[in-house]
Order: sequence, then structure tokens, then C-alpha cells
Amino acid sequence: MLAELGFGVLVLTFFLTLYSFTAALYGEWKRSEAVVESARRAMLLTWPLLTLSALALIYLLVNNAYQVSFVYEVTSRSMPAYLKATALWGGQAGSLVFWAWLMSAFTSLVALRKWERDRELLPWVLVVAAFTLAFFLSLIVFFENPFLRYWQTAGGNVLRAVFQPANTLPFIPSDGRGLNPLLRHPGMVIHPPMLYLGFVSFVIPYAFAMAALITNRSDDRWIRLTRRWTLWAWLFLSLGLVLGGRWAYDVLGWGGYWAWDPVEIAAFMPWLTGTAFLHSVMIQEKRGMFKQWNMLLIILTYALVIFGTFLTRSGVLSSVHAFAQSAIGPMFFGFIALTSFFSVGLLIYRWGSLKADVEIKSLFSREALFLFNNLLFMSVLVVCFWGVLFPLLSELFTNQKVTVGPPFYERATAPLFAALMLLMGAAPLSAWGTASARTIGRALWKPALAALFVTAVLFFTYTRHPIALIGFFLIALVLFVTFYEFWRAARARTKAHAENILLAFWNLFGRNRRRYGGYVIHISMMLMAVGILGIELFQRETQGTLALQQSLVLGGYRLEYRDIARFPGPDSREVTRAVVDVYQGERYLGQLYPRIDYYPEAQQNMTIPGQRPTLRDDLYVLLVDWKPASSSGATFKVYVNPLVNWLWLGSLIFLAGILIAAWPERERSAEQ
Amino acid sequence: MRPKFILGGLLILAAVVYLIVSSTQASAEYFMTVDEVRAQGENALGKTLRVSGAVIGDSIQYDPQTLTLTFEVAHVTGDNKEIEAQGGLAEVLHQAVTDPTRSRLKVIYNGVKPDLLKNEAQAIMTGRLDAEGVFHAEELLLKCPTRYEEAVPEQAG
Repeated sequence: MLAELGFGVLVLTFFLTLYSFTAALYGEWKRSEAVVESARRAMLLTWPLLTLSALALIYLLVNNAYQVSFVYEVTSRSMPAYLKATALWGGQAGSLVFWAWLMSAFTSLVALRKWERDRELLPWVLVVAAFTLAFFLSLIVFFENPFLRYWQTAGGNVLRAVFQPANTLPFIPSDGRGLNPLLRHPGMVIHPPMLYLGFVSFVIPYAFAMAALITNRSDDRWIRLTRRWTLWAWLFLSLGLVLGGRWAYDVLGWGGYWAWDPVEIAAFMPWLTGTAFLHSVMIQEKRGMFKQWNMLLIILTYALVIFGTFLTRSGVLSSVHAFAQSAIGPMFFGFIALTSFFSVGLLIYRWGSLKADVEIKSLFSREALFLFNNLLFMSVLVVCFWGVLFPLLSELFTNQKVTVGPPFYERATAPLFAALMLLMGAAPLSAWGTASARTIGRALWKPALAALFVTAVLFFTYTRHPIALIGFFLIALVLFVTFYEFWRAARARTKAHAENILLAFWNLFGRNRRRYGGYVIHISMMLMAVGILGIELFQRETQGTLALQQSLVLGGYRLEYRDIARFPGPDSREVTRAVVDVYQGERYLGQLYPRIDYYPEAQQNMTIPGQRPTLRDDLYVLLVDWKPASSSGATFKVYVNPLVNWLWLGSLIFLAGILIAAWPERERSAEQ
Repeated sequence: MRPKFILGGLLILAAVVYLIVSSTQASAEYFMTVDEVRAQGENALGKTLRVSGAVIGDSIQYDPQTLTLTFEVAHVTGDNKEIEAQGGLAEVLHQAVTDPTRSRLKVIYNGVKPDLLKNEAQAIMTGRLDAEGVFHAEELLLKCPTRYEEAVPEQAG
């Protein structure tokens, strides 16, 4: 019953989006407000309908309806209810339903806004949103249907269909295959939705950009209207990436968080263009420049979002993220080609009317530095794209499949990130319009000197690694510049408004949220950079097999193997847990409990580290193999990851920064 | 002002091209099947190779004291279409392991034995070949396709 309902509603919603698409076009063509209004209302209906369909699927998932093949594939009886429900995005078909549901929710939010002032944009926003939604719904309805059920023919064959074929009986497996154990982790419950929220939110600025292009509005209205959408999209995408890294660090048991896996890169690429976009729209708002460039960036971001959705869920590339092979690849490429062709064609058509209001005058002006920032982000994108594409190209031209691994990305992107950090230090001190190397040098030399001092101290006390020293110098430079900016602005306020310094500091955020929120984000990025430098350059590891009471020594820590125990855990796993005493010198620091969780149904182990996080380093202990305590002992792998916790700390501050930047501004909200 | 910007843009472009080309050369990994490694002979020495093969369960030997892991892999095709045509990855791996005429490669890996290393798993190894024809893996990835790719449940249910 529910499967038919869920599927029927999906088909209905698909036709509704087609209707909305056609009606919006027709209403615009005939200049009929009523028809456009009907298109808008049709889009408003998609959200309740898709909610119904998604709820039907979740109900089936939670209630062990294993006749439904998607339920069979991603859940099993032993899984806790919350994991069954969130298995919605544990497989391809369910992920697509979730994507479509988010898309309909965001489209509804947009359709519900007050349109009086921008009425001419409405039909085109609807067209883009309806077309995108229709595409995803067509994938679900025709290719990746989560409501297919198993039916058994008289001959014993099992078929998959929504509706009962003639001469068949329902075929109900007694238990499901269950979600891959690697995905049964709280981090996995929120990482995919965060990424998807980010992906889908970027569709909205794109829709407005296209509407502005079609209606030939060359002003920055579309940017102002979607400013908050862009920020939220960026927030969720960033959080999705960080959470994915944290999940990898906690669950995959290799002491790292980022492997330059093609799927990670697929999520990272829209983040790069989105970040460039976030910066360059400020220049269009302030100076009326970069209009064509901003269009290009949002078109690129949209294409990369669709590409990312495709890569993360298609299995074309082998990685931890990919599910089974599927037929939807050509559909995705067709869609990306089609939308890119139209968007870029439109942009070329409107190229002339998007000329900048003023020319860039100086190489050291703030707008020029923003331009360089954008070029650098694009360069990182090109590096990533090359890394993904290179195997395909070399196979095509040399018939030899060659690939590049993490060292390629690290080598090629590190200087680009360093240049970005230098810009992050210089840009806040630069001036609009005309500026020279001398003016910027005059502003920069004090913080540069202070950063140099910090670097010298680190040279004598912490490390002599040249790359680390360059990195720490740049981090210190950005931090000094940013704090100086805060201090300068707060002091100006204390004079102008007779406020004390703390109040002035607080009021800064109220006055220009985006600017100071942005600076907080810069600070958070630098803290993350500290963590990345630490783990990339100074990670140390050792491994060894210990009998009880024996020790391993690494990085000033001594680990003594105390005990091991086996017991059944929740979610029907068998847990093998070791107890390890940690000493620093002679000082006893506490115990760690690295463990192996064995999932009998999947016949798979998960290696969960014992971690001791401090700001100085992260002690990360893995139990990798064991024999009963009486015999030969247990094998441990130990990592000391210096500074890595600054990465996670930075991501919390990042969250604060973006909340400051995206929070609605009280006094001026009426004007927007 | 324009020439300066064009110059700056060209400089960035040149830097990016340099970074990409030099990093590609420094870290290229050559994908090969076991047959191709055998066919290359001496040519394969000194290159970073990425070899995929089917793990032969009986050959797995692991010394937890020294963390030395040795096993053999049998040749499987690298062509996805061919894999599909032969009935999917699980089937291809099964055939590779049970067919004694397939060419095999001995692998040495220093490190912890991965959980997924078992008979008929697909091993994807990055490393170098030594003069004796033994593959020294620095990185070892494993895929067990059987459980997560079958479309229809077993009839027993």
C-alpha cells in the first residue's frame, strides 16, 4: 500500500514540476500573471507531496518492509530505529528522494517570499527550479525507484516492480542486508544531509542569476536577494566537508581525515567555486565590477553541484562513498551539458550589458586582490579537476591508465593555499580604487614583523621544518592583521561613540556583520591551517605487538597494554576492547580504549581508535589485531598527530563566524 | 594598467601549469593488471604502480610480530565493461581465484593486516616491483563486492 502511495506521489510530483515549468514559460510569454501564479502554486505543492513520499519511504525503512528492495538493501532488523530512518540517504535511490525533497523545500521558501519588487524574476526562477527538480524526479521515477518490490514468479525467479506483475506472489526476505557498518555512525547521520543542504542551496542563487540574465537586469539585485542563500549553502557545504573529515578520522582508522579521494574532491570543487563566488560578489556590490565573472562562477558552481551529487552517488569512481553501479551516469552528464550550454550561451549573449561600471586601476587595490583571490581558487579547482581527469585523458591518449595520488594534490595545491593566505593577510589592509605597493607595504610591515618574530620563536622552540615555518609565518600574519583590524575598528568606535572597548568590539559585529563575520571565518581558517600543517608535516606513527604489561613509546608518550575483553555491543556487534594506560614520562595520564567492532551479518570489522586529544597533539591508538590475553598479545598502531585538534576547534569558530555573517541585520532588513 | 594585469594573469597561469606538470610527474601511478605487470618485465621497475588483483585466500600469511603480510593476487581484467559482461565483480574475482592458469603476483606489505583482506577480495595496491618480481605494496585497499552489490536477495528468504 505505502509503496504504491509513495511511488504514485512521486509520479504526480514529477508531472506537477513539468506543469510548473511549462506554465511559468507560457505565463511569461503571454504576460499572464494568473498563469505564472498557477506555476508558483504548483511548485508550492511539491514540498508537501514529496514530504509524503519521503515519509512513506521512511515508514517502510523503520518497519522492516523488506519486500521493498531499497529497504532490503540498506537496513536490517538489528539496526536501531534512528539508523533505519536515516538509511534514507544510505543508498542511491533514497539519496535522490532526499535531494528532491530538499530542493522542493527550498523552492517553496523562495516561492513564498514577497515578490512585488522583483516580479519579473519570478517566472524564470520557477523555470530553473522546476526544471532541476523535474530532472531529479525523472531519475527517481524512471531509473532509481526506491519503491520497487520483490515478486516471485511461478518459476522461482524474483522480479522487481512497483506493482504486482501477473502470476507472481510477493517475495519477502526475512531480513535486510543492512547498511554498510562503516556508515553506521552518528557522523554519517549528519554528514550527507549537510553536504546535500549545501549542494541544493546553491541552486537558488543560480536560479536567480539565470533569471537576471534572461530579464537583462545587469544590477546586483540577484546577488543581494540570494546573499543569505549563498552563505547558508557555503556553511552547510563547509560543515559537510568537515564532518566527513571528522568521520573518516574517527571511523576509518588510518589516522587521517582527508585522502583526496575523487568523491571528496567532487564535494570540494563546488566549495572552491562557491568560496570564490562569495568573495567576488562583494566587489560587484561595492564597485559594480566582475559581473560577468560572478555569473560564470555561479554557473560553474551549479554544474559542479550536480556533478558532485552524481559522483558521490553513482559509483563511477571507486571509493568509500560509492554505491553500486548504475545507469544514471549518462543522464547526469546530459543534464550538466544541457544546462551549462544554455547558461553559458545566455551569458555570452548578455556579455555586453554586464560590463563593469569602473575599471580596475591598480594592481594593489582591494578589488585587484579579490581578483587574485578568485584566480587562486580557480587554480586550485583546475588542479583538482586535472587530478580527476588525468587518468581518463592518459587512458584515452596513451592507452595506459595513469593516476595521481594525494602527493600530487598536496604538492600542487600547497603553494596556491600559501598565496591565498598571503592575500588573506594583505587584503583587509588594502584600499579600494587606487593603491600602490607602497601604501600596502606601509600597512603590512608591522604585522609582518610581528609574524616574523613568532616564526623565529617557533624556529628555536618547536620546529625547523622550512614548509612548516613558512606556513606558521603566514598564519601568524593573517591572525595579526585580522586582530589589528578588530582592534582598530573597536578603538575608532570608542572615540566616536564614547563606548568602552568591549562594548565597541561587540557593536562592531552589529554594524557590519558580513565584514566582521568574514574576519572571524578567516581566523577559523588559520586555526584549521595550524591543524592541517601539524598532522601533514609532523604526524608520527609506530606499531607493535605487545603482551600484557608491555609498552610502546612514541612522541613522549608511553602506552602500556593492560587488559582486553570481548563482549556483545549494541546493533548486534561483537566488541573487542583493549585497555591501555597512557603515561607521559612517569606521569600517569589515564586510560584509552581502542576497540574492534565486528559485525557478524556483514562479516566486517570496524577499528575504532582510542583518542586522547589535547591542543598540543592527538594521541590516536588503534587495536589492529589480537589474540586471547594469555597468548601472544595484541597488535597496536599508534599515531601522534600534532596540533590536529586546532582543525576541529577552528571548525567550531568557523561556524560562529558564518552565523555572525549570515544573521539577518536588524536595522537595514527593511530595505532589502 | 591592463598590461600589468595580463602579465600577472600569465604569471599565475604559468605557475599553475608548472605546479600541475611537475607534480604529475612526481606522483604519477601507473594502473596495471597483473598480466600487464608481467608483460612489462624490466620496464615496470622503478615506476610507482597501482595493481589490482583477486586475493588468493590460502596464500595469506601474516606475522603479527614483524607486521609482515604476504599474499598472492590473481589477474583480473581492468576493464569495467568486461567485468559487467562476465557477470559482475564478484563473479570475476571468483573465477580469477579458482582458475590455476591465471598469472599471479606475490605481494609483500609491511603493516597491519586489513580487516577486508580475505579470499576473493579485490586488492588495489600501490607500490613498486623488485627485481625478483615481488610487489612491495606501500598502500593496500580492499574491496569486497559480494555483499553490497547483489541486486536480488537469495532465494532462501
